[in-house]
Amino acid sequence: MHPVLKLVAQRLALGLLLLFAVSLLIFLGTEALPGDVAQAILGQSATPEALANMREAMGLNQPAHVRYFQWLGGILTGDFGTALTNGQDIGQAIGQRLGNTLFLAGCAAAISVPLAILLGLVAARYQGRWPDKVISGVTLSTISLPEFVAAYFVIFLLTQVFPIFQPVAMVFPGMGFWDRLHAVALPVIVLVLVVLAHMMRMTRAAILNVMQSAYIETAELKGLSPMQVIWRHALPNAVAPIVSVVVLNLAYLVVGVVVVEVVFGYNALGQYLVDHVAKRDLPVVQAVGLIFAAVYIGLNILADVIAIVANPRLRHPK
Amino acid sequence: MNAEFDYMLQRAARGLMSRREFVGRASALGVSAVMANALLSSAVNAQAVKGGVIKAGVSGGESTNSLDPAVAASPAPFMVNMLWGEMLVIVNEKGEVDPRIAEEISSNADATEWKFKIRSGVEFHDGKTVTAEDVVATLKRHTDEKAQSGALGIVQGISEMSSSGDMVTLKLASANADLPFLLADYHLQIQPGGGYDNPAAGIGAGPYKVVSFEPGVRAVFERHANYFDQSIGHADGAEILVINDNTARTAALQSGQVHMINRVDPKIVELLKGVPGVSIERAAGRGHYVFIMHCDTAPFDNNDLRMALKYAINRQEMVDKILGGFGSVGNDFPINAAYPYFDASIPQREFDLAKAAEHYKASGHDGSPIVLRTAPGAFPGAVEAAQLFQQSAAQAGIPLEVKVEPDDGYWSDVWNVQPFCASYWGGRPVQDQMYSTAYASTADWNDTRFKNARFDELLVAARGELDGEKRKSMYSEMANLVRDEGGLICPMFNEFVEARRGEVGGWFVDPNHELMNGRALAKCWLTA
Repeated sequence: MHPVLKLVAQRLALGLLLLFAVSLLIFLGTEALPGDVAQAILGQSATPEALANMREAMGLNQPAHVRYFQWLGGILTGDFGTALTNGQDIGQAIGQRLGNTLFLAGCAAAISVPLAILLGLVAARYQGRWPDKVISGVTLSTISLPEFVAAYFVIFLLTQVFPIFQPVAMVFPGMGFWDRLHAVALPVIVLVLVVLAHMMRMTRAAILNVMQSAYIETAELKGLSPMQVIWRHALPNAVAPIVSVVVLNLAYLVVGVVVVEVVFGYNALGQYLVDHVAKRDLPVVQAVGLIFAAVYIGLNILADVIAIVANPRLRHPK
Repeated sequence: MNAEFDYMLQRAARGLMSRREFVGRASALGVSAVMANALLSSAVNAQAVKGGVIKAGVSGGESTNSLDPAVAASPAPFMVNMLWGEMLVIVNEKGEVDPRIAEEISSNADATEWKFKIRSGVEFHDGKTVTAEDVVATLKRHTDEKAQSGALGIVQGISEMSSSGDMVTLKLASANADLPFLLADYHLQIQPGGGYDNPAAGIGAGPYKVVSFEPGVRAVFERHANYFDQSIGHADGAEILVINDNTARTAALQSGQVHMINRVDPKIVELLKGVPGVSIERAAGRGHYVFIMHCDTAPFDNNDLRMALKYAINRQEMVDKILGGFGSVGNDFPINAAYPYFDASIPQREFDLAKAAEHYKASGHDGSPIVLRTAPGAFPGAVEAAQLFQQSAAQAGIPLEVKVEPDDGYWSDVWNVQPFCASYWGGRPVQDQMYSTAYASTADWNDTRFKNARFDELLVAARGELDGEKRKSMYSEMANLVRDEGGLICPMFNEFVEARRGEVGGWFVDPNHELMNGRALAKCWLTA
């Protein structure tokens, strides 16, 4: 078997194993939470009889391992079950919300990834000079700002001072593509500001690292312009570290933006998860947790595979 | 007579006078009830602007919400249900019962049997007519423990429900002169067939039909064209957007994305007042923030210690600092002027360090720290309030130790379990319900473990007492018992602080619940 294929297959198998382990952890973790869903739903209004009735109705009286295998079996057959709190079909609700999450992450990535790499290249080209300092200074200050502060700042600037956008970024089925883009503009701006610096810095560092190599000197001696040297010779050899940082940020855009979702009232997966954690709606918490884990693991496998494929030593073994 | 009638008509049309009061006064002037009602509707309609889509930005919605009125608990589902649903009766802004699906209400002499005549021609959104059977089925569903209804405690007291023709008869296990108030509970939206088939269908007889509902995100409505009361439901469509973040909600109001919002942060009220096109609306309700002691657990089983703590709390400081001035001081019983039969002559308990120290000494407490548990979610500002309490108590030589608990599990592991903690009550429409829920010896939610035979006796007697004066004096005695012997420290009653845009017409103050008892979107209209 070709070593690249073998490596990829290994990574995939490891990923699946990891996902299984994560499913066990998620289940045990939700079991360890104080109180149970019946208490969380009834809240201040929990009487012993009401609690007993609710636990009975929700099947919370069964032992934990039985519930774990029922749950896992359901997910493998595509059945996430229904939410304990409002009886909605979890698969359907997650489908819609996951779409919204991916739309927001996609928009933010479509702007931030090319921009970060471009800025990184420019910063590396003018290392130590004013374009480098300006780019580093600005992106480092935006990443230092907590997300919600950045969010309030853009709300103030772009809905109150210059009323261009709307502060509440909800999207609904049946909304046109351009309406959606307009709705999510503010959260996208915030997310771009948050993830830009990390990717930009890594691009710059990786390029500068490669620039020390002998073949770069050769390229320069051939008479190529500095930008050509970076583009044709440095960048292809710096792909692996850049891709791994880009993927890390993509994963963050999918699973880690609940603060931004809450501030803008954006109806995506993070808020859905937090609401159900608060109500101890275990089937939903477990399902969303598993999806987040799958996204994270999947993206990391992708980064590994790209790094492998981008590495000429692995692509052309002797 | 004409001038007076016109004046009344204008007041009633603006919502400054209730429909019932208007009809009553009009009949004193020789105008028939039917005539008065018709005139009022046309006066309201003349003022109200029809059309448009009116929107509210609401804090307090989660993606776990449902359209099943039985399980509604937070503000967003409450308001959603108040738009598509209609109840037998509703409590109006003056604290009186207004008939809705029930047209006439009567009871026998000892308030054990009640009759509700169902208004004819009221239509559900699916086109069916509301019948007495639907009403009985709805009430029955809420008695079913599987329905997990928030109104279970109310309907449990009804021993027999029956319908014949357009009449619903309810027999009570024991006399209750307040039954109509209890049936105005927002869980009791009348549903076709009682909602047995699909409790979360969102089909009712209210002023707006549900077009789409995404829990914790948005509810979209269109006007119910055949709604029986043409004096409300002005806009063609209505929307409730869940915006839990304070800043985003305020920004949405300022930018015009919504027309009204609930729960304005008291800290920013002064800033919002300066914004053109936005006005702040306040309504003093029945909700109160409390510290509760278990009367049967040491050291709180000593009334001197309880009194020491009651004197050691600075109520005015709490109102000023925790509520930002948007509230009023409490008097250690759970009732305020928003309730019928409130006795305003009960003296206000003052902040008195000398008396606190005196009672503390008399209690013989050993000086070990008294643990007060609180959590950020017990009520807004609960941690800060506990710290203020700690400081004022220290001045009287009472050592309080504030223990901050996590919000997670607070209502299951701390409230009603630990002997001294912070909590809140949303209040109830009538005194009997408030006291029965949390101060009767046998109540599940007796979170102060207050057990007083005289109090229990008065509670039952007052419930069946139809003579208002006698009833008031009974409630007064009960209030004094709770105030001087109970485990409740009630420093403050909070207000609903809300905001609306200038183009919203028809707003009036309704102390029953947030956003005009959840019906602001139906009762207000948009001027151009």
